[in-house]
Order: sequence, then C-alpha cells, then structure tokens
Amino acid sequence: MASIQLDGLTKVYPGDVRAVDALDLSIVDGEFFALLGPSGCGKTTLLRTIAGLEEATSGTVRIGDRDVTQLPPGKRELAMVFQDYALFPHMTVADNISYPLKIKGLAKPERLTKAVEAGEELSLGGLMERRPGELSGGQQQRVALARAIAVHPQVFLFDEPLSNLDARLRLEARTFLKRLQRELGVTTVFVTHDQAEALAMADRMAVMDAGKIRQVGTAREVFQRPASTFVANFIGSTPMNLLPGVVQGDGVDVSGQRIPMPADSREHVADGQDVVVGVRPEYLTLSQSAADGALHGVVAIIENLGTSALVTLEADGFTVAATVPDGEEPPIGADAWVSAAEGRTLVYRASDGELVDAPVAAAIA
Amino acid sequence: MSIVTPREMVGRIGFYVLVGLVTAFFALPMLWLVATPFDDQPGLALSVPDPTLGNFSELLDNRLALPSLLNSILLAAGTALLVVVFAATAAYALSRVRIPGRDIMLYLLLLLSSIVTGTAAMVPIFLLMFELGLIDSRVGVVLVLSGGLLPAAIFILKDFMDSVPKSYEESARVFGASSFQILRDVVVPVIRPGLATIAVWTIVNVWGNFLVPFILLRDADKQPAAVLMRTFYTEGGSPNLALISTFSLLFSIPVIAMYLFVNRRYGFRFYGGIKS
Repeated sequence: MASIQLDGLTKVYPGDVRAVDALDLSIVDGEFFALLGPSGCGKTTLLRTIAGLEEATSGTVRIGDRDVTQLPPGKRELAMVFQDYALFPHMTVADNISYPLKIKGLAKPERLTKAVEAGEELSLGGLMERRPGELSGGQQQRVALARAIAVHPQVFLFDEPLSNLDARLRLEARTFLKRLQRELGVTTVFVTHDQAEALAMADRMAVMDAGKIRQVGTAREVFQRPASTFVANFIGSTPMNLLPGVVQGDGVDVSGQRIPMPADSREHVADGQDVVVGVRPEYLTLSQSAADGALHGVVAIIENLGTSALVTLEADGFTVAATVPDGEEPPIGADAWVSAAEGRTLVYRASDGELVDAPVAAAIA
Repeated sequence: MSIVTPREMVGRIGFYVLVGLVTAFFALPMLWLVATPFDDQPGLALSVPDPTLGNFSELLDNRLALPSLLNSILLAAGTALLVVVFAATAAYALSRVRIPGRDIMLYLLLLLSSIVTGTAAMVPIFLLMFELGLIDSRVGVVLVLSGGLLPAAIFILKDFMDSVPKSYEESARVFGASSFQILRDVVVPVIRPGLATIAVWTIVNVWGNFLVPFILLRDADKQPAAVLMRTFYTEGGSPNLALISTFSLLFSIPVIAMYLFVNRRYGFRFYGGIKS
C-alpha cells in the first residue's frame, strides 16, 4: 500500500503537444481516485506516465517513499488493467493470471496455487482452463483483475475499466469494483470519461482538461461546487444552468430579470461586473406562481428522467432547466418561475470562468 | 424447389461439363504421378498399372537419389530457419518503430524482389558468391534463397505483427517482462499461424527451386532432389520414366505431409488478426 505523489509532472509529445502540463497531485494511501475528463485531456497519458509506459518529460512520480520517475514499469510495483484487458489469447485463464508470477520467477506449482486463489476470489473457479476467447466480457474483466491482484501490487491502475462492458453489466461492475477496492485497500487510480462513473466509484477525483487539473475533490465537492464553468458543464447527468448576467447592487441582472446575489459571493464582485450564474437543475424549485427573486419563463420542453422530469423554460435571452418530481410537470406553454435553493447558487467570473472567490490567476494561458 | 427452365437446365449442364473437363485436365497428371511409379512398363500415358515395386528398387540403386532428398531437406530447413527468424525480427521492428517512408520501402522491396527474380540476377549473384568463396557451398545457396524470399516474408509478417495489440506488450511490461520475454511469451505465440505459413511457404519455394542450386553447387553429392532429377536418362539418351515417376512421387510426399501437418496444427493464414 502506498500513496502517490506527482510534482510538476509534464509529458510533451513530439510536435510540442503538452499532454500533461506541470501537474501536481497527491493521492492518499488506500484511496480510490478517478482521473476524469473529456477525450484528449491527457488523463490516459497521465495514467501511463504513472505506470512508466510513457517517460515523463520533467517532474517526478513518487509511489510511497520511492521516487520511481526513472524506474521501468516492472520495477514500480504496480498492476495495470487495460481498457481491452490485454489478456493473452493463447494462454488459459490460469496461465494468464499466473503470468506475472512467472516473470517474478515463481515455480510453477506455487504460481498456479496463487492463480487459483486469485481466481476464486473473483469467482472464476470453473473457468481456469478456458481461453479468453471463450469468456464473456465481464468474465474477461475479472480475469484481468485477478491477474492484477495476484501480484499484490502497491498500486492499481485502471484504464477505462468499464468501457468495454454493456450498459447493464457496467452498473454491476461498478459496485463490484468499488467493493473489491475497499476490501483490498490498495491505492487505485482509474481513468474515465464518464462523470457518472467517477461520481459513483471514486473517493476523490481530479477533473482534467488540456493537460491540466481543473479541480480535485470528493464527488460531493465537485458536484455541488464546481470550481469553474468547465467543471460545472462536465459534471452532472443533467447539465448545469449557466446564465450570463451583470452584477447590480446586491443582485444579478440576467437578461432583464433580477435574482439575488448569494451572500458569500457578494464581497468578491464589483458593481457592473460580468458574471455567470450557475445552478444545477436539481437545486431549482419550480412553481407556477410568481415569486420574489425567481426567474420567469415559459415551459418549452419536458424530458422524462424516470423518477423526475427535466423541465426547460424559455425566457427572453436564455433558457433554464429545472427538475420536478414525477407527476408534478407543468403543462407545455404555461408560465413558470424557478428559484434556487438556499446556498446552491454559484457565481463565476465571465472573464476566466472561475468562481468569483477564487484568486485571479496572474496570467491566463 | 424452384422451377428450372430448359434454358437454365442446359446452362447448368454445360457448366458442370466444363468444370468436369477442367478438373480432369488437372487431375490426370496427379493420377499419372500416383500410378506410374507402380507400373512395370511406365510410359507417358496414364494406364492401369501392372503392379510392381521394381521401380523403387531401381531408384534405390541410384547412389545419389536418397542423399539428394536429404540435401533438399537441409537447404529447405536452413532457408526456412533464416527467413522465419529474420523476417519475424525485421517485421516486429518495422511494425513497432515509426520510420519515415516505411511503407514505400516495404513496397519497393516487395516489388523489386518479385520483378528482379533469381533468374535475372543470376550472373551478379554468381559473381558475388564467387568473390565470397561460397560457390559449391550449401550456405551460399541458403543465403541466396533467403535473400530472395525475405522481402515478401517481411511484408506478410508485418501485417501479423500490426495485428498484435500494443496493450499485450505493455501489459507484460508492467508486470516486469523483458523485451525477449515479451517476444517469446506473447508476440511469437500470438502470430504463430503467420510464422507457420511463412515457414511452409519458404520450404515449398526452396524445395522446387532448380536454378539457384544448379548454378551454385558443383559437387554432385550436394545436389538437391530438384537438380538431380534432370540426370535421370537411360543409356540410350531417352528419359528414364521409371526413375522420374518414382522419384517425383518421393519428392512430393514430404511437402504434402508437411502441409497437412502444419495446417492441422496451426492453420494457414496470410493475414493478421486475433481469433477470439
């Protein structure tokens, strides 16, 4: 078991592509940590640099108290599960699981015993003599996990662990992976582009964009208080409402309608400043009568989400969405008003998209 | 059952007659090859044999017949070994390392090796071998044949190498495997059908090659079977059909047996890809 410490880690590909850009991150011992971001944000490169499959251009990677930056992957005491599982098609399940032990020089009977143990743990008992081609996607994933577990690594690295499973299996595997990680207590880093997956599984996560980390925090922190409009947009299965407005006294003018300024943001803004007001549809209350400080619009679209419905209101100059419990949807074309729950409104600077209480960066790249 | 018009019927019959004729055209020499060695009076016509094994004992009396088969095996095995080892390593490197103009280079190699055949290049090759002191040496023949076969072998094997997912190797690397271990434990087993195909293809090519060993080998004791066959004449100067047919049969059997064995064991494929 070990923590992971990255300092100023940079990976530049030929052609001056900065896939990972001067990145600092510490992952606590035993943590289930997600690297989340859109395609091409550098999250997989970061994982591969931790693994040693990519050489860092500068900066250091520490696992526990060892600086592993210059070590080859095999000496870093970690195990990686690839997106396609990378099971060797010509080997049986037992041989696949015991292959890392063979590399470590264990005798055949001993490594087969260990392989069977690891296989039993992941309920692969009756499948040890099969080849990967004869297994379902879920079974293949468990073989890849068993192979990683069998070497008792300090760190697990998972690259998009659920993306090759079908939707139904993905939910099961999510629960399964989380339980497995908890039981083993091994520090685990996984890469995903699916924010729901990261929110569901990770203890903490880093949201990445263009080689940089935009926010690090627990699922709750990242969901409730996204540090920037980028994170706000990316996290949440229904997109956050981001309404451009102008500060006017103790309120914000959004295309002619006025909403109150949250108390904790008030001291960070100046009168007349351009801001973006962010509030999640889940934190908006919809009513069909006018209320003070509420935004008014006309019901345009209703999307059924199962236990709730997403109602989109169209107003002059903007649209705003709110969720309502099922059975309480207003009729289409009706007038409606939405107001934010106490403390759920966030105010971002229009200039750099950061929260208004964040320090202003010296130079914006 | 669909209704068949007379016109379709005639067409169908015509088609099968044609297929039958073509099949017979190709089958007759095969039948001759199987029947004539056992014929007391071997001729060029196909006839029901007057069974005898006399032709075989006559062949065994020829001092060079069986050793020449051994020579063929030596040349074929040596060339196959060289071609498989070098083609596999070259294809692996070409598949994994990005070199500018790599694909053009591969195409040029393939093109040149198939246009400039051994026959056209025979004079310079002979001079080269002479300078190297490799005339009348099996090593020389193996080298020349390998050189001719390598480009196509590399070309085919590169496709197999390309189809091995990088994650296999990376996965093994994360577990601490060395490059050699990765090649031995992962890459070679995965592309085994490709290696088997290349080996058999090489052996068949060498087995039937007449010109290169004919020109480069002087000593009659080193002649492979394909070269020896030209000496089977009677004292009167006409072809000795008894020896030729019998030897042809013996000459064909190893290749057919090998083909069946390898096909059963590994399966032939000329393209890469992982069977799942």
